[in-house]
Amino acid sequence: MSDHDYQPSSKLGKWFNDRLPLLTLSNHLQEYPTPKNLNYWWTFGGILTFCLITQIITGIILGMHYIAHAELAFGSVEHIMRDVNYGWLIRYVHANGASMFFLAVYIHIFRSLYYGSYKSPREVIWIIGMIIYFLMMATAFMGYVLPWGQMSFWGATVITNLFSAIPFIGESVTNWLWGGYSVDNPTLTRFFSLHYLLPFLILGLVILHIWALHVPGNNNPIGIDIKKPSKDTVPFHPYIVIKDLFALLLFLIVFAFFVFYSPNILGHADNYIEADPLVTPAHIVPEWYLLPFYAILRSVPDKLLGVIAMFASIFVLVILPWLDTSKVRSAIFRPIYKQFYWFLVADVLILGYMGAMPAEGAYLIIARVATAYYFLHFLVILPVLGRKEKTLDIPLSITEPVLGGFPNQATTKNKQNNRENL
Amino acid sequence: MKKFLKILFCTSLLLFNINYTKAAEKSAELLKVDWSFKSFFGKFDRASLQRGYQVYNEVCASCHSVKYLSYRNLTEKGGPEFTEEEAKAIASNFEVTDGPDSTGEMFTRPARLSDKFVMPYANDEEAKSANGGAYPPDMSVLVKARKGGADYIYSLLLGYEDPPADMELDDGVYYNKFMYGNKIKMSAPLSDDIVEYSDGTKASTEQMSRDVVTFLMWAAEPHLEQRHKFGFRVIIYLIIISILVYFSMKKIWSRIESKV
Repeated sequence: MSDHDYQPSSKLGKWFNDRLPLLTLSNHLQEYPTPKNLNYWWTFGGILTFCLITQIITGIILGMHYIAHAELAFGSVEHIMRDVNYGWLIRYVHANGASMFFLAVYIHIFRSLYYGSYKSPREVIWIIGMIIYFLMMATAFMGYVLPWGQMSFWGATVITNLFSAIPFIGESVTNWLWGGYSVDNPTLTRFFSLHYLLPFLILGLVILHIWALHVPGNNNPIGIDIKKPSKDTVPFHPYIVIKDLFALLLFLIVFAFFVFYSPNILGHADNYIEADPLVTPAHIVPEWYLLPFYAILRSVPDKLLGVIAMFASIFVLVILPWLDTSKVRSAIFRPIYKQFYWFLVADVLILGYMGAMPAEGAYLIIARVATAYYFLHFLVILPVLGRKEKTLDIPLSITEPVLGGFPNQATTKNKQNNRENL
Repeated sequence: MKKFLKILFCTSLLLFNINYTKAAEKSAELLKVDWSFKSFFGKFDRASLQRGYQVYNEVCASCHSVKYLSYRNLTEKGGPEFTEEEAKAIASNFEVTDGPDSTGEMFTRPARLSDKFVMPYANDEEAKSANGGAYPPDMSVLVKARKGGADYIYSLLLGYEDPPADMELDDGVYYNKFMYGNKIKMSAPLSDDIVEYSDGTKASTEQMSRDVVTFLMWAAEPHLEQRHKFGFRVIIYLIIISILVYFSMKKIWSRIESKV
């Protein structure tokens, strides 16, 4: 890489850069060699960064007007919606922004699953990403509690009650989380405090995520290692910057439709009813992005095992780089994995659907099958498939398939060579 | 093509999810109204909002509060747009407790534009005891707090019927085909000509329901018109800049031999 050779042109720049190499960093970010065959599924990293910054900025403004108090929270949200200048806009951007954030993160994760971006040497990027995802869920859950509507209150009650399943110390842990003997004002104030804190942890982890990415460089749809820089790469600026910008703008159009034309469609009507500890809503459902995990939780008859299954469903993702034994990254060259990939996508969507339905009858049975299949995919299918699957021949470089159609026999290594190289 | 079908399949599954989640739990098919505020450029019907306020004030307000509205909101753009004099006159019909004054005493005075809508009951307990144990919900965000929104409230107002023969109703409980569980503790609040509209509109039950629901929609979303107007501008702007960025991108990527 040319980073080390970078010299600022001005004298002042050189003086400063010798003391704090910010200009070198900026130069690195511009020059960063990126595979030129990245498709639009790769633009969601930039979109996610945008989402995080948007949530932080709108959140800070909302925090100036919101009152974290059980008696006042609901009214302060209405105050924001009615009396604060453009408060309705800021709140709707923040509320729908959370959904957009999750939409983007799910696409980002499933892109990684399809193209094997989690595999060596990118395991650390993946694990940091999973920690970010986990913190996002915690942040979103606590954020949903803040308006102190019925779903806020009862969602908080259900989720915090999960900790009471821990043997022996469960009850004390739950009381400690609540700051009392039920979800009440102390719970609200601490959730507000943590909801304000966690996004900055996420921001820090995002920086690590990008740093870890810049060590091996981007994976690409072909999933092969490439020389950097080479004719297979383009400098990040302006090629990738403009492409990410274009994708971001398209994403913003979808975002704007939600914010301006159906700002409440992704929420639950009950959350416009002020929290009432004496009235339980008919169905307590979490936000849509948590539904698959909710389905896993409820499909296990035992409470403790259900909680374990739910956390395990995230943990299997963390150890995924070691569960998937295939040396070939991209699903393009893994015909059987490709099928199972789409089964998994369908499975997760089915789980999401079951999470929204009452846990009874056929719904419960389907949820159980889908839960079982989820774990089967990661714990059995992936390890076995990696050893048994006959993968297609892999091109030598990106330029070949782009120019000459792929995979071209003349430019492909044979299987034997391939293994040795990997 | 295969990929496209897969994406289509997944999207439809996703949409199906959302729809189904929303559709579950309904008791009867709601009456659909062609609301003026629903569409892309949707606005409130000003006259309907003013009539709706009248219905609220003369019928609903005896039990239901709208605690997040202020009298000044009645004059604001995008609302019923009463003149300031009209709104002041409306406000002055209500008494609010203010104080303490310089001698430390609380006193009552006529409401001003800056006051919140005066609530019919001093507290929840009084509201409950006056209504046979049922708490009349605050109407500020009622439209957003019910599945089906405006259509649901409209249907509910028109959904009173005689109960089926096999259903026993307690005293003070009424049959409504759109209510969850079909039992409601509010008697049918509207009947033809219960209010007299000053603009000569015939006060049929349907008309009053339509007007009062329009008013409640505005009460729940006072900035709806501004939101629709902004949304249109934002989306047009985004589309134009997307097109410009698209061609810039094509131009930049034409320097190298690669597709974008």
